Amino acid sequence: MPILTVDMKAGTLTRWRKQVGDAVKRSDIIAEVETDKGLIDVEVFTSGVLERILVQAGETVPTGTALAIIREEAGAAAPAAPLVSAPPIPAAVVPAAPMPAPPGVPVETPGRVRISPLARKLAAELGVDPSSIRGSGPGGAIMREDIERAAAARIPSPVTAAEPPDRQARMRQLIGAAMARSKREIPHYYLSTTIDMARTVEWLTEGNLKRPVTDRLLTGVLLIKAVALALREVPELNAVWRGAAAVPSQAVHIGVAISLRGGGLVAPAIHDADRLSVGDLMAAFRDLVRRARGGGLRSSELSDPTITITSLGEQGVESVFGIIFPPQVAIVGFGKVAERPWVVDGQVVPRPLLTATLSADHRVSDGHRGGLFLGAVERLLQEPEKL
Amino acid sequence: MTRDEVRAAMLRVLGEIAPEADLAALRPNVPFRDQLDVDSMDLLNFVIGLHEALGIEIPEADYARVATPEACVDYLCAKREG
Repeated sequence: MPILTVDMKAGTLTRWRKQVGDAVKRSDIIAEVETDKGLIDVEVFTSGVLERILVQAGETVPTGTALAIIREEAGAAAPAAPLVSAPPIPAAVVPAAPMPAPPGVPVETPGRVRISPLARKLAAELGVDPSSIRGSGPGGAIMREDIERAAAARIPSPVTAAEPPDRQARMRQLIGAAMARSKREIPHYYLSTTIDMARTVEWLTEGNLKRPVTDRLLTGVLLIKAVALALREVPELNAVWRGAAAVPSQAVHIGVAISLRGGGLVAPAIHDADRLSVGDLMAAFRDLVRRARGGGLRSSELSDPTITITSLGEQGVESVFGIIFPPQVAIVGFGKVAERPWVVDGQVVPRPLLTATLSADHRVSDGHRGGLFLGAVERLLQEPEKL
Repeated sequence: MTRDEVRAAMLRVLGEIAPEADLAALRPNVPFRDQLDVDSMDLLNFVIGLHEALGIEIPEADYARVATPEACVDYLCAKREG
């Protein structure tokens, strides 16, 4: 049972989409899980045959519980490859600290466990059974940080020890603990810049006049695309922190913070946002919001973000400095586009202005690079037709 | 299509976008944004839903004219008559 949302400690498996004996391939949806935020489609992360179902439809189990056993295709698996497949914990949305689950979904791993000597020693010291966790290293190897997280996950946190009665309170408690950990462990630095949005707004308004209503664009889509392209120029911000270093991501998977009806939020990814046209990006964004609020998010969308964008402009907020979602290393914030006085060619004129912010991990980048990133976002928004 | 039918169609679309909303308690002259938890994506989906239900395309420039339930019904009725 993967951790799929920030407030998730257990999940109810509502339906198996595959039966024992069915062939499955990587990224197939294998099951549906009910969470406080709706139904989430659980994808499979390996190819093979569904050999055994361990959790029946209707059962509620803690996060980290193995759901099924998948027999990998002959010759396709390494000897020590895990037979049970389940998506990794979406650490981008669910920082590990307050969560009761280990860093990876428990797997049944017959035979040799791939584990570094250091991690094996640490496991012995901390009393963690390496065979009960899934490693985050190459080929599923168990790394030191996997052991540390597994050990930490077993220790009831003072924050989570007293479970509040309702979902909203639980969510606040868990978000609070997760964000506290982020602020404690990640040395944030913060930058902001004011962007003249006149050209963007003009281009958008003119374009939307010509587009059919179903193809209209929102300002937010241009912001997502500008961020995605700017990351190509400052790629160190598009990364995840693993152990003691950041691992840059080749792909740009933008996590978009989406508020949920009744409270709470999720930040699922728009995959390869830098490669999508603004039209395709709008369609993907619209679809993502619909599924985030109505059910049907895929587990990979929760696990894959390499950076997050949060926007509170619609709430009238002028600027937002976000807290980084571990293991990401940056979060971009946007406020509202508002008409304000601005100096153009020596004249004070009214312009639609937007405050863009960057909260970034100082272990990975510094203000100089962060400034270049925000500068790139601003520059890209001055030529919206090229986005 | 009568005004009541237009209103019913509008409420159906709204109900799909904001299923948690108590549509019976909707105040006719208060902006949607002030009484429902909706954002620009919801409003776009609202406009698309009205287009699909009634065949009326609302340009962005007219969004202010459909900002409240009553104004929206007025606008849609006028468009259908026009």
